[in-house]
Amino acid sequence: MSLVFAGVCSHAPGITGRKDRADPVVLDAFYAAYDRMRQALEAARPDALVVIGAEHFANFFMNNMPALCVGMGDHYEGPIEDEEWLGIRRARFPGAPVLSMQLIQDMMNDVDLAYAQEWKFDHGIMVPLHFLTPRADLPIIPVNINCQGPPLIPLKRCYEFGRALKRACDARPERIAVIGTGGISHWPATPDSGRINEPWDREFLDRLLGNRREELLAYQDDETWREAGQGGLEIRTFIAVAGAAQGHTGELWFYAPIPIFAVGCTVAVMNL
Amino acid sequence: MSLYYVQKLLFQLNRDPAVRRRFDTELETLLGDYELTEEEQRALRDPDIGLLYVMGVNGQILMHYAALRGFEWDAYMEAMRAGERKYGPVRTGLYTRAKGR
Repeated sequence: MSLVFAGVCSHAPGITGRKDRADPVVLDAFYAAYDRMRQALEAARPDALVVIGAEHFANFFMNNMPALCVGMGDHYEGPIEDEEWLGIRRARFPGAPVLSMQLIQDMMNDVDLAYAQEWKFDHGIMVPLHFLTPRADLPIIPVNINCQGPPLIPLKRCYEFGRALKRACDARPERIAVIGTGGISHWPATPDSGRINEPWDREFLDRLLGNRREELLAYQDDETWREAGQGGLEIRTFIAVAGAAQGHTGELWFYAPIPIFAVGCTVAVMNL
Repeated sequence: MSLYYVQKLLFQLNRDPAVRRRFDTELETLLGDYELTEEEQRALRDPDIGLLYVMGVNGQILMHYAALRGFEWDAYMEAMRAGERKYGPVRTGLYTRAKGR
């Protein structure tokens, strides 16, 4: 079959953990956009969901940090964070180990990958799944792109990873969905938490949803760091989805800066 | 400077219930298992969240330690600001303020 769904969304822990502190009108619209994404995902009838995230030292540390890692577990659990702090109850998610191995083996023709048969989900994956697979019944294949600190994989390699994922999915009979989760501009977990560069975000989303590869890959990390914060380095997850959806444009379903969530909250879907 | 080991301890504390138990019951022995300076040990023990931030501990690690030690969100934000006022700008890592602010 191939990819049957591709989208991007935010994953900041405040989205669930500090929801009571947001403007309820904006919050309702944001949550409604997540729910629209859930409905679209379900309508695509995927057999598995690939979640390209940027985890935050839940599984991987600087003693052995993969640039790109794909989960190959039988199952996963999360959140690793305190349930009350994140506002999400702990749950167990089915994996898709056979499909994972097939995809990884195929993708390794084009990109170097690490794999992991054990993986605890942090907010980077749990927040999207909280909205998109609330019954925790869709097999998950987690992917991590190190966005936490240099050395970081170049953007062009993220795009190439997305293309490799698409090619690998094309070779499989299963129906596969993919989402990328990350921030755009944000300065999370710093005294500047809540700062959001909306013009920068909108320019990035325009390039992303137009799937203009050269313009996406033109971003430089030092410039991103200055203009979009250290959290802006997570654009890698979105760019990977652009690669998976190469040749297709997308639609912005929601964008609004919500400072108490520390990020410009985003839901967007590619038109495959 | 053994920032790496400060972060490693906090990473393991966040992830491993057995390390959390040791943190509660034998803190000094646990600290002794890592290569930490006196200042780092003190910052962890107090806890001095502001100093840990200024040392350069990644916020995605420090955020959870602050929560573990009872800092609500606003108190965590204020602790980092207080750290900058008391100890100066972030010394190393992603949060150095060269041009970002």
